[in-house]
Amino acid sequence: MVEETYQDENISDDGDKKVTRRNFLGMIWIGLGGIAALELGGMVLAYMKPRLAEGDFGSILTVGPIDDFPPGSVTPVTNGKFYLSRLKDGGFLAIYQKCTHLGCSVPFVQTEGKFICPCHNSQFDDTGELLNPPAPRPLDLFPVLIEDGIVKVDTGKIISRNHFDPSQVVYA
Amino acid sequence: MKKPDIKIPKRTFIEHLQDSFRPEKLPTDDRGRMRMVLDNLIFHIHPPKIPERTLRWTYTWGLGGISAVLFGVLVVTGLLLEMNYTPSPPQAYLDVIDLRTDIWFGDLIRNLHHWSGNFMVVVVTLHLLRVFFTGSYRPPRQFNWIIGMAMLLLVLAANFTGYLLPWDQLAFWAITVGTSLISYIPVAGPFISRMLLGGPEVGSQTLLSFYSMHISFIPIALVMLMSFHSWKIRKDGGGLSIPKGLEEGEMTEVKKVTTIPHLVRRELVCTVTVLAILFVWSALVSAPLEGIANPDVSPNPAKAPWYFMGLQELLLHFHPLIGAIIIPGIALVALLLLPFYDSDDQSTGIYFRSRKGRYMTIMAVVWAVVLVPLWIILDEFVFFWTEWLPGWSPLISNGLIPLGIVLLALFILDRVSKHWLDSNYEERILTLFSFLFVSLVILTIIGIFFRGPGMNLYWPWNMPSAHPV
Repeated sequence: MVEETYQDENISDDGDKKVTRRNFLGMIWIGLGGIAALELGGMVLAYMKPRLAEGDFGSILTVGPIDDFPPGSVTPVTNGKFYLSRLKDGGFLAIYQKCTHLGCSVPFVQTEGKFICPCHNSQFDDTGELLNPPAPRPLDLFPVLIEDGIVKVDTGKIISRNHFDPSQVVYA
Repeated sequence: MKKPDIKIPKRTFIEHLQDSFRPEKLPTDDRGRMRMVLDNLIFHIHPPKIPERTLRWTYTWGLGGISAVLFGVLVVTGLLLEMNYTPSPPQAYLDVIDLRTDIWFGDLIRNLHHWSGNFMVVVVTLHLLRVFFTGSYRPPRQFNWIIGMAMLLLVLAANFTGYLLPWDQLAFWAITVGTSLISYIPVAGPFISRMLLGGPEVGSQTLLSFYSMHISFIPIALVMLMSFHSWKIRKDGGGLSIPKGLEEGEMTEVKKVTTIPHLVRRELVCTVTVLAILFVWSALVSAPLEGIANPDVSPNPAKAPWYFMGLQELLLHFHPLIGAIIIPGIALVALLLLPFYDSDDQSTGIYFRSRKGRYMTIMAVVWAVVLVPLWIILDEFVFFWTEWLPGWSPLISNGLIPLGIVLLALFILDRVSKHWLDSNYEERILTLFSFLFVSLVILTIIGIFFRGPGMNLYWPWNMPSAHPV
C-alpha cells in the first residue's frame, strides 16, 4: 500500500504556521466581525442606560430653608427618598433611605433615635453609621448643597462609604 | 392497454384536512404505528420504538413531560393575561384587580398561570433530582445535562420576572430584595443591577423591562432549548437511560416496544391528570395579592420569592458576598461540571447507584436534618462573629470564618463516608450532593415558615402577622 503524503499548504517545511494571503483576509474578517459585535453591544448598553426625570428623584431637589431643620433632628423627604439629618453641631447629611443590605426602605424610628431596617434588623445612627449588621456598610449619602440658607440635595449622585467621617457633614 | 376503471371516491374539504393530521384509519400493526410516529409533526419528537423498561412510571415519574405540559398551560394563560395588562404602575395593579373582579374567569386564568409557574419550579427541580439519582447526566448525555441547567435558570428567571408584574407590595419588595443580591457581584455588580432595574431602585422602568423579558425573550429561549433538549434525548445514547436493578450487570438485550400506543397513551393519561389537578387547585386556591406597591414602606419581614428563600436564609448567616455570590456560584459550577468529574456510567440507570449508595443517601438526609437546624440555632443565639471580632472586616468575621467552618464540616462528612462507611468515589459525590440539596430544602423551609418580623425565628403556629413599621 502506498501511503499518501499530504502537505498542508498553510504549514511550511519547518512546521511553522504560514500566514497566507487567504487566511490573513480570513483573520481580518473575524476581526471586523468582533469589532461589529462590540459596537452592537455598546449600542445596546447605551440604549438601556437608565434615564432620569427632571425635578423628580434623580435631580437636584430644593428641600427648604436651614431654619426649618432644628439641630438634632431627622426629617424624611419622601419625594427624594432620603432623610435630611441635622446633627447636634448643626451639620447636614442627606441619607438615602435604601438599606445597604438588600435594598429595603429604612425608616427612622424617632423613639429610639436610629434607623432600623424592617427586613433584616440592620441598624444605623443619625449619621447613617452602621450600628448592627447584616448591612455591610453605612447608609449611602446624597451631596448636600447649601445656597443662601436654602438646603438643596442632589439625588442623582449616590455616595457610598465604608465608615462615617466628619468630612461627609455639610455646614452652612 | 385499457386503463382499469377505478373509482376515486369524492372527498370533502374537511376530509382532506383530516387526512393531513391523521391517517384514514388508525393503524393496528406495529409497522403502521411506527410509520405514524415518523409522519406526524407532533409525534415525531419521539422515536418510533422505545425500550420497554424506560416506560416505567417509577423511573422517570414523567417529570420532563409534566414540565412541558405546564409550559403549554403557561403560554396559553400568559397570552390571555397579556391582553388585559398594562406594564406600567399603577395601572398594572389596577388591571390585576380588574382581572379578579370584573373579567369572566380572569381570576381562574391568573391562578392557573400563577400555580403552573410555581409548580414548574418544583417539577423541574424534581426532574433534576431524578436525572441526578439515576446517573443519567453521564456521558453520552453530558451535553443535555448542561442544556437542562440552562433551562432551569431560565425557568427561575421567568418566574422571577413574572413575580413583579402584579405590582403589589409582595411583588415589589420580593424583587427589591432579589435584585439587591446582584449588586454584591464583585466589580460589575452595581452596574448590572442598575441596567436591570433601569435606575437605582425598582420602578416603572423595571416593570417594563421585566415584562418584556417575561413575555418574549425567556419563553422563546425556553422553546428553543426544549426542542434542543428533546432532540438530544434521541441523539445521545438512543433515548433515556435504561433502568436497572441493583444486581443487574451489563444490559445485553433491550426489549423495544412501539411508541404508539405504549408511550403516547401514558403521556395522555399524565397530561389529563396534571390538567385536572391544576384546574381544581386553581379553582380552590387563589394566587396572593397584597396592597399596591409602596416604595417608601417595606413590609416586615420582606421576603424574596419562595424559591430564593434558601438564598436569603444563607444571607442571614454570611456576608452577602459569600452568601449570595460565592456559595451559590460554586454550587452552580459544581453542578454544571458534574458529568465531567463523575463520568463512569457503570451504575447509570440504578437509582442511588448501589445498595451502599441508598444507605449513604439516607445518612446524608439525616445529617442535614440534624446539622443545618443546629447551625442556624447556634448562629442565631450563640455565634456573634462581628461582636467577637470588632474592627475586623465583616467579610472575614461574618464571611470567611463561618464559610471555613462549613467547609470543614463538609470535609469531615466526606472523610467519614470514605473511611468509616467505606464509600467509593461516586457514592461520596452522591452523599455530598444529597447533603447539600437537603440543606437547601431545609434553609428554604426555615426561610419561608420560621422567619417572622425582623427575620427573627418563630414557630410557624406562633407567627405574628406581617405589618409595616
